[in-house]
Amino acid sequence: MKHLRTYTCLLLVLASLLGLAGCHGSRGLDAFQIPEEFDTSRPYEITFWAKNDTNKTQSNIYEKAIKDFESIYPNIHVNLRLYTDYGKIYNDVITNISTGTTPNVCITYPDHIATYMTGTNSVVPLDELLVNPKYGLGGSEVAFDAPVKAEIIPQFLKECFIGGHYYALPYMRSTEACYINKTYVESLGYTLPEQLTWDFIWEVSEAAAKKGADGNYLLNGQPVMIPFIYKSTDNMMIQLLRQAGAGYSTDTGDIQIFNDTTRGILETVASHVKTGAFSTFKISSYPANFLNAGQCVFAIDSTAGATWMGTNAPLSDISGDKLVEFETEVRPIPQLDPNHPQMISQGPSVCVFNKSDPQEVLASWLFVQYLLTNDVQIAYSQTEGYIPVTAKAHSDAGYQEYLSRAGEDNGFYYDVKLKASKLLLDNMENTFVAPVFNGSASLRDAAGQLIENTAKSVRRNEQIDDAYFDTLYENISSLYRLDQIGNQGAFSSAKEKDLGKLPTTSVILLSSLGAAWLCIVAYAVFKRFQEKKSR
Amino acid sequence: MKKFVALSMALVLALSMFGCSSAAKDDPSKKSEGVMTYTEYAAAPVESEVVIEAYVQAKQSWWEDKATVYAQDADGAYFLYDMACSKEDYEKLTTGTKIKVTGYKAEWSGEVEIIDATFEILEGNFVATPMDATALLGTDELIQHQNQLASFKGMTVEASQTQDKQDVAFLYNWDGSGQDGDDLYFNASVNGQTYTFVIESYLCDKTTDVYNAVKSLKVGDKIDMEGFLYWYEGVNPHITSVTAAK
Repeated sequence: MKHLRTYTCLLLVLASLLGLAGCHGSRGLDAFQIPEEFDTSRPYEITFWAKNDTNKTQSNIYEKAIKDFESIYPNIHVNLRLYTDYGKIYNDVITNISTGTTPNVCITYPDHIATYMTGTNSVVPLDELLVNPKYGLGGSEVAFDAPVKAEIIPQFLKECFIGGHYYALPYMRSTEACYINKTYVESLGYTLPEQLTWDFIWEVSEAAAKKGADGNYLLNGQPVMIPFIYKSTDNMMIQLLRQAGAGYSTDTGDIQIFNDTTRGILETVASHVKTGAFSTFKISSYPANFLNAGQCVFAIDSTAGATWMGTNAPLSDISGDKLVEFETEVRPIPQLDPNHPQMISQGPSVCVFNKSDPQEVLASWLFVQYLLTNDVQIAYSQTEGYIPVTAKAHSDAGYQEYLSRAGEDNGFYYDVKLKASKLLLDNMENTFVAPVFNGSASLRDAAGQLIENTAKSVRRNEQIDDAYFDTLYENISSLYRLDQIGNQGAFSSAKEKDLGKLPTTSVILLSSLGAAWLCIVAYAVFKRFQEKKSR
Repeated sequence: MKKFVALSMALVLALSMFGCSSAAKDDPSKKSEGVMTYTEYAAAPVESEVVIEAYVQAKQSWWEDKATVYAQDADGAYFLYDMACSKEDYEKLTTGTKIKVTGYKAEWSGEVEIIDATFEILEGNFVATPMDATALLGTDELIQHQNQLASFKGMTVEASQTQDKQDVAFLYNWDGSGQDGDDLYFNASVNGQTYTFVIESYLCDKTTDVYNAVKSLKVGDKIDMEGFLYWYEGVNPHITSVTAAK
């Protein structure tokens, strides 16, 4: 009995030390294994964090999708939490990974998933699920008409291939479009080409920035005119670098953005900010507000923002008395080489978070598949200038009929919205995505900030020269910790990461606990020795 | 000993009273050397560097060492957007705290604000009394009070319409696309004109009295309100208090 007590003490010491060692860099959840069967006798409650573009129709479609899915799987209940901004979802997921309270399913960007994956097994790899004969896409045990893997547009699916595995499925796709006040372009004496070039945009913008003797702009007779406004300057920089064949980053996460081409782009931006021909969303406001008030000629924004663009836009943030009548045209973003157009592919993807119960994960996966059915895909894509991500939906007769009815009204068939969708459908092979790695979200932010800072500096009459750009590069690199990203490789997770030395406080705490256990063991041994001696 | 304790207590009391009266005496229109008056700030062009002294009236948000704050002095108000601020300093920014702010004047969708700013906390305290803006609604004069703490009295709650044409007293987000916890939009009228008001969820989240007061509103209710005269393509008051009209 006495021996047993000593052994117990020793085991306890060993177990506690091992447990403490495990505290640093927690190993997280076990990798997900696909269950043999989905247990439909049990209830499941799953949480879905979704994003809508502050658009009630989109919220309604999510709610209907959930209702329809629950009627097929009455044992699965889906709780919807809506966001209006990807950044907020990202921040909340990061916070919840550390507390083990992630949602089950989440709308997201691949850049963000790369960061989520730093938690061990936090995001479920979908490779096996995609092709599982029973529960995979369109599998034999899936109780609805889901697309098969081959029906997902390959380049959209490829965007979700991160670090050697599929960690998401595309949900909707969009690109950027240039929304144009064609009336103004023609009144300046220009003819709008089918394919815009950067030279054309800058030339027309400079012409539109001319003021009359009264201080008002000659083009619109108003005191306000920003001929060219770009919503997402990170996309602007990424696409310009791509079109120029210049470095942004390698696929393995080496940062290349601080190069001479970037400097040239920034010098061009600076020259057009100086004349008042160019501004950005962050500096001025939504491009749509200026376009619709007749205060902008070229507004570049997502095709998913098409319902806000134009005199007859169904959605508008400006009052009716500020709206100006004009003809709205939609074109792909300007190009450096119009014979080889290149534009970014963007839009929400959807990922599944791992849980301790594989059945719950399987329930989540079934819901994700449901989001790819024609009903959901087509309905959601029709809310904006999105396109469905499956060939199955593209070829659907109802979807084709929808596309053919552009301009029949200024609501469901709003021509600007449908032109934006067609723009992407016609250019799917011309799209690209920026490399995804742990830290790519920071690099994207930095790319935009280079343009924002340059524009602000020009507006503040700062000297823009080589010394300015040297300092800018240094500041941006430091602010976004880009110097710490480059050496990590394409993708790193907690499994691979060297967590470094323990903090001093942790060392002291662990040492104290270890010492306490050693004292307990020493006391037990001493007592045993005393007992032996007294015998 | 008893005498000594009594004497000490009296001294402490006297000192604390002196401290109180010192704070109360702070003159919110007085500026330090090199600091702009509100009139100078208002006249400064957009994108110019500005240095102001003002008093925190409300904190809207803090994220990644950036704070968004409403501040005011005796003559006007300031919206301090994404001002560099540690979490520790953010906790110190209680209502009335005097700060000196250096940044750049900017305008975004009609909202005049100070961006890229830094600040330091100064001695002094001032809590603004809401100015009654009821009669200024719909007038060109209202914009001169941009960002000020204002009150709207004797307003009547008017219906907002959901997408399926239902009349409701408020909407989650401007079009009803949101959920509990999102911004609340509601309409209220005075003198036959209807205006839109917002409960900005970062400024007053779903746990606040005002958020829940708006959720309890019914069309036709008579209410008094207080809030800040924020601007977005026109006046877009961020309401912080809703009570039954007196």
